[in-house]
Amino acid sequence: MSLLDLITPRKMDRDPRVPRAAAAPAGDPVFSTKALRKFISSLTRQDTPVLLDLGPVVGENVSFFGERLGCKIFVEDIFKDLDRHVRAGNLEAFPEFLAGRFAQAANTVHGILCWDLIDHLDRASAQALATALNRVLASDGTLLAFFSTAPTRDARYTKFIIVDDLNMRHRAYPAARTRQANMPNRDILRLFPGLHVSDSFLLQNNQREILFRKPAGTGH
Amino acid sequence: MWKRDQAVQPPSGQPAAPPSPAPTVATPSPRAEASQFLERDNVNIGKSVVIKGELNGSEDLTIEGQVEGTIQLRDHVLTIGPNGKIKAQVFAKSVIVLGEVTGNVTASEKVDIRDKGSVDGDIISPRVAIAEGAHFRGSVDMQRKSGATAATTQPQAAKPATAPATASQPSPQQQPAAAAAR
Repeated sequence: MSLLDLITPRKMDRDPRVPRAAAAPAGDPVFSTKALRKFISSLTRQDTPVLLDLGPVVGENVSFFGERLGCKIFVEDIFKDLDRHVRAGNLEAFPEFLAGRFAQAANTVHGILCWDLIDHLDRASAQALATALNRVLASDGTLLAFFSTAPTRDARYTKFIIVDDLNMRHRAYPAARTRQANMPNRDILRLFPGLHVSDSFLLQNNQREILFRKPAGTGH
Repeated sequence: MWKRDQAVQPPSGQPAAPPSPAPTVATPSPRAEASQFLERDNVNIGKSVVIKGELNGSEDLTIEGQVEGTIQLRDHVLTIGPNGKIKAQVFAKSVIVLGEVTGNVTASEKVDIRDKGSVDGDIISPRVAIAEGAHFRGSVDMQRKSGATAATTQPQAAKPATAPATASQPSPQQQPAAAAAR
C-alpha cells in the first residue's frame, strides 16, 4: 500500500463483499453486471432468439427474456441434476449424463446462461458440459458464464435474478456439496476450444464475467 | 367573481344529473350465496376423481383430482389445485398451477405457476408468471402470435406420461422441446 493510498483511499477499495444497501430492496444483495447488457444485445440481433438457461427457474428472468426480448426459453436446471447425482453418490456418471443432457438440436440456441455452474463442477464434468453446450450453440450465438476468483468452499448455489441490464440480485440457496476449485483463465479457455472470448470483466465482487461467442459461419 | 356556479354546471347546458343514492350493502342470504356460486360457473373435480381421456368445457374449472389425456377450456380459466395431478396437454384461456402438471400447457392469456406448483412440459402463452419455490422444467414461448394461434389449433395426441428422470439419464420430456426448437 502506497503512502498515497493511506492519505486518500481509492473509491474502488470499498469492500466488494458488502453490497450497496440502497440497491437491495428484497434482502438479497444486488451486484452490478457488465456482460449481461452485451449478452442481451447479442440476442436482440435474432428475430426469434432461443435461450438456454442452465440455472433454476426464476420468474423474473423468464419475464425479462420472454416478454422484453421475445425469447423462447429452455430452462434446464443443471444444479438440480448435480445435487441429485451427489445425493445418489454417482458423480462419476455425471460427465456422461451431461453429454446426453441437452435434447436441443445442434446449432439452434442463440444464447446460453451458464451462470457460475462450471465453478461447481469437477474438471471432467465441466469439459463434458462445455462440449455439449458448444454443440447446441448456434453460430454467432453467445454464452455467458461467471467464474469466481476467490477460493470459496461454501456449500451453496446462487440464483441470479435480473433486475435490469446492469444489475442482478444474488440469492443463495443450499447446495449438496461445496464449490470446486477455481479455474484459471487458461483452463477456462481450453474448455471451449470452438468459442472466442468476446468480452471479459473482473468485477469488484471477485467474479469474472466471460462472454463467449461462437464464430459466425461455424457449423458443428 | 369566482364563477363558482359555472364550475358545477354540466357542459352544453344539460341539466345536472341528480345525485345518485348512496349504495346499499345487502347481506346475502345463504340461498343467494349458493346461487352466486353457481353463477360463477366454476366446477370442481375433487381429490378422489380420476379422469382419463379428453376433457372439454365452457366454464372455469378447478381440478383437485387426477386427469390424464387432454384438457380444453378455450375461453376459461383452469386451476390445478394443490392436490391436482395432471398428465395432459392443456389448452385454456388462463392456467393457474398449484399442483403438478406433466405435459404441454398452452394459454391464450396467462400461465401462472404458484409457489409449490410444478410444470414439466412446454408453455406457450403471452404471459407467464413463475413464483419463487415453483418447479418448472421445459421451455417457455411467450410469442404473442404463436400463443394465440396454438390455443386455437386442434391439440395433438396427448404427450405420454413420463417416468421421473433417473440419476444418469436425461428425461424423455425434453424430446418435444427439442423438436420445437428445430
